[in-house]
Amino acid sequence: MQWEVVIGLEIHTQLSTQTKIFSGASTAFGAEPNTQACAVDIALPGVLPVMNKAAVEKAIRFGLAIGAKVNRKSVFARKNYFYPDLPKGYQISQFELPVVEGGEITIRVGDENKVVRLTRAHLEEDAGKSLHEDFHGMSGIDLNRAGTPLLEIVSEPDMRSAAEAVAYAKALHSLVTWIGICDGNMQEGSFRVDANVSVRPKGQAEFGTRREIKNLNSFKFLEQAIKYEANWQVEQLEDGKKIVQATVLFDPETGQTRVMRTKEDAHDYRYFPDPDLPPLVIDEAQIEQIRGELPELPAAMQARFQSVFGLPAYDAQTLTSSKALANYFEETVAAGADSKLASNWIMGEVAATLNREEKEITQSPVSSERLASLIKRIMDGTIHNKAAKDVFKVLWESDKSVDQLIDELGVRPVDSSVVEGLVDQVLAANAAMVAEFKSGKEKAFNALVGQCMKAAKGKADPAVINDLLKRKLTE
Amino acid sequence: MQLSSDDIRRIARLARIAIDEQETVAMQQQLNGIFGVIEQLQSVNTDGVEPMSHAQDVALRLREDKVTESNQREALQAVAPAVEAGLYLVPKVIE
Amino acid sequence: MPSQFVALQHRCAYLQAFPVAFRPTPFCCRSSLNNELHGTLPTLRPASPFEQAMTTYTLKQAADLLASGKTSAVELASDYLARIESLNPVLNTFITVDREKTLEMAKQADARRAQGQAGVLTGVPVAHKDIFCAEGWRTTCGSKILDNFVSPYDAGVISRCKDAGLVTLGRTNMDEFAMGSSNENSAYGVVKNPWDQTAVPGGSSGGSAAVVAARLAPAATATDTGGSIRQPAAFCGVTGLKPTYGIVSRYGMVAYASSLDQGGPIAQTAEDCALMLNVMAGHDPRDSTSLERAGEDYTGALAQSLKGLRIGMPKEYFGEGLSADVQAAIEAALAEYRKLGAEIVEISLPRTQLAIPAYYVIAPAEASSNLSRFDGVRYGHRAADYQKHINEKTSALEALYEQSRAEGFGTEVKRRILTGAYVLSHGYYDAYYLKAQKVRRLLSEDFQSGFSQCDVIAAPAAPTVAWNLGEKGDDPVAMYLADIYTLGVNLAGLPGIAHPVGFGAQGRPVGLQLIGNYFSESRLLNAAHQFQQVTDWHTRQPGL
Repeated sequence: MQWEVVIGLEIHTQLSTQTKIFSGASTAFGAEPNTQACAVDIALPGVLPVMNKAAVEKAIRFGLAIGAKVNRKSVFARKNYFYPDLPKGYQISQFELPVVEGGEITIRVGDENKVVRLTRAHLEEDAGKSLHEDFHGMSGIDLNRAGTPLLEIVSEPDMRSAAEAVAYAKALHSLVTWIGICDGNMQEGSFRVDANVSVRPKGQAEFGTRREIKNLNSFKFLEQAIKYEANWQVEQLEDGKKIVQATVLFDPETGQTRVMRTKEDAHDYRYFPDPDLPPLVIDEAQIEQIRGELPELPAAMQARFQSVFGLPAYDAQTLTSSKALANYFEETVAAGADSKLASNWIMGEVAATLNREEKEITQSPVSSERLASLIKRIMDGTIHNKAAKDVFKVLWESDKSVDQLIDELGVRPVDSSVVEGLVDQVLAANAAMVAEFKSGKEKAFNALVGQCMKAAKGKADPAVINDLLKRKLTE
Repeated sequence: MQLSSDDIRRIARLARIAIDEQETVAMQQQLNGIFGVIEQLQSVNTDGVEPMSHAQDVALRLREDKVTESNQREALQAVAPAVEAGLYLVPKVIE
Repeated sequence: MPSQFVALQHRCAYLQAFPVAFRPTPFCCRSSLNNELHGTLPTLRPASPFEQAMTTYTLKQAADLLASGKTSAVELASDYLARIESLNPVLNTFITVDREKTLEMAKQADARRAQGQAGVLTGVPVAHKDIFCAEGWRTTCGSKILDNFVSPYDAGVISRCKDAGLVTLGRTNMDEFAMGSSNENSAYGVVKNPWDQTAVPGGSSGGSAAVVAARLAPAATATDTGGSIRQPAAFCGVTGLKPTYGIVSRYGMVAYASSLDQGGPIAQTAEDCALMLNVMAGHDPRDSTSLERAGEDYTGALAQSLKGLRIGMPKEYFGEGLSADVQAAIEAALAEYRKLGAEIVEISLPRTQLAIPAYYVIAPAEASSNLSRFDGVRYGHRAADYQKHINEKTSALEALYEQSRAEGFGTEVKRRILTGAYVLSHGYYDAYYLKAQKVRRLLSEDFQSGFSQCDVIAAPAAPTVAWNLGEKGDDPVAMYLADIYTLGVNLAGLPGIAHPVGFGAQGRPVGLQLIGNYFSESRLLNAAHQFQQVTDWHTRQPGL
């Protein structure tokens, strides 16, 4: 039987605010335990929540970026359960009326575009952390993270493979960092993914029973976990077993998922509107102001790169995978580089070197301006592409100018009249090879090119040598 | 409607309050008395009535995103039952 | 009708015959009445004549004395502390008294006055309900679960009182987490009604009402979620105001039912309540339900005439279920209001009965969630031997929660938590919680149609006078039904004032409740003040 996997994601993005969602305590990462947990965060008797304006603005920004409906009125609710990292015994979240509803994101898998629909995005507070190092058999609770603002973004079950899920998660990650609502730092937990996975026989309309994989904090784990889970579910069904709705955890060590709790012992959260917080009301003016402040979004920029710069879809998509990369590209072009050359260089040499050194584009030692200078020297024929790559290598390590390095490295091409002389010399000195070529051995031609390049000490344009040789050999 | 003793045990667990058999019996009887009064609500026609969850019809006030709290750990943990290394201690939680 | 009650009514009628200025002093009058009704009074160490004299002041009188330099804050506080030391062992009105802290505050108030920086109430001592967190003060909320909780911060109300220079006399007893109508649910023992120590003082602010009645403080802060200011004020023969929801900050006021809770004052007179409200009310950015309104001087309208004031009498309030003694005292009071120029109009609040079920769904639902934070992890009681309760169904963590909460909470609190958890739980939300919220809307619409016919609504504060200690002991329903006249006001978020209007059965005080529309505190205080200008019920004090 052919099986189809169905995936929906719930992604918790930590909103990049200075303070907690309901208190004036700092959200800075890495402080000493409980030094950023104020009276409100630790839920002292009598304390009350007061909503952070920036968190609301960021939620609106997200809603606008995905073309969703930003609800003019949304409601905070209490989700009641007991856990030591949840000081109030309830989490303030949004239940029936979230701040954002609907919207969509286009992802690219292979050569195909696919639209993933979003169900909703709602504001809520994060919990603290349980540290399980041994304190005489006890766990330690750090509430610094408690009350950090989160936007939980819920997709429709629109994805049909782990690859699509990863593409969606990456697109969303790119978007939230692009519009400046989340720092995207997955190690620090700023972007955490829960995946709802089910399988069904291909062609069947109803969904299978889903299991939710909690708290995946890297794209790699997301992919591994979904693949494992989908295979596991298929095996179960093929063995005639049933899938029981459950929440599971992915163990990166074993690469497997294991049950955390089943539906039977699922919590009864007793949601109800939080009486401490009147409804969140967003007016038209506020929405329009935020719309006006929105940067050009990746999809629009991609279209512009194609139409204005004539880039292929692939280039345009790659260059708009992050705002910093897109900026780098635009700056390079603005500094005079040809757009296709710039695109090739950025996706090629620049990206490869950054990858090798595990750096971000913002950390590139070759600024967009220096890259443009280099490209301009290719454009004006000062150096050839191959020579430019050598210059680039040194440029990466040094702060000298492109022109200085061209001189120092002596990579200017040999003059064409000199090249012609060299070709004549090589032909004269390699009569045997010339004879071989003339007798039909194509391979000899390549050897002659090599000889010419060697004679030119690499400073000639291989294309020019090619032309000259062809002409002279067929004369 | 009548609450069973199982209902009492279930909600006591939900509310994390230990309850013994004797208390369960008393609680069941008292809650059924209370729900006898509460049942009156069912006789009211509330079609089309908007639920009222706040005493005042106001919009949420928003706070500027500025840090106003400093580290108060010492004062806040002075009243804690068990702390070590700045952490609140609880029985080991395993997931 | 018991014969004692007839005798009392005669006596009251007899008193009414004297012009106010020539009436026998209330103190003597009450003593003789008590003797007549109960035989001998329970033995109390009598306060010295000096202490007694000093502590019978109203808030206003105390403020005037301080302003004139005839007394100091330290002197005043010392007198009250002496009286508290003598009477608190009998009445149990305070959970915590801290002489040193009080005198230190009094010293600071005197210093402030010496520097010419005194406000109207600087140096006046008041008592605080043990529900307002106050830095450095044990704040128990009447519960064992907070027995060891010393607050690291000040509630909004406490900050405002401090800023005004008020001196804290102590922390008043209350029903645990403000859940109760008799003060019998306190983990710190029952409060005795100063008028009759076999009677309850009302609740949940029983301690605050009793300290004012017993002249252990000129005024006290209190809170009202379903009548917790108005009913004990009525039971103790003092004046109490529950403001419009959102006027007084809830920040630092331990939450019972957040959408209903509201702080307010209890004092001898309406004028004192106005002075206290001037201190207590005001926007607090730390409370999202605190309203942003321009400041108001609540004493400003006190002197206004009541001519033309339309007082609505809901017919549903004055029928079945209201005891005759209370009804008689209230009717007499309304006659007095008529003399002052008010007009009495009959109105209808047709869904009055529904306030009880709506309240006893909504309040417990909110409470069940509000009280989840008391889990023995960050503060408060943690069970010592929770480990004994670990078994195959209960993890160590669950045992810690369940034992700490079982030991820390009293029976009524547990009842309400369980009721609340149930009405919110899966499958019951719509039938109970949502339904109650809709009925809440209908109830508040009833009030609005009532206010289209009148300016204020008159109501009893309770169907009877204070009942006997232990009388409603294990019958929560009987206790809940007695809240019939006060719950609707909280559900709608309206202001209400209760002021003494005489005495009923067994010589126990009767209070009249006036309910106003939103933000009509000044009007309510004005009405009660005018009433208090021509009557002296508010000056009566129990013989202690």
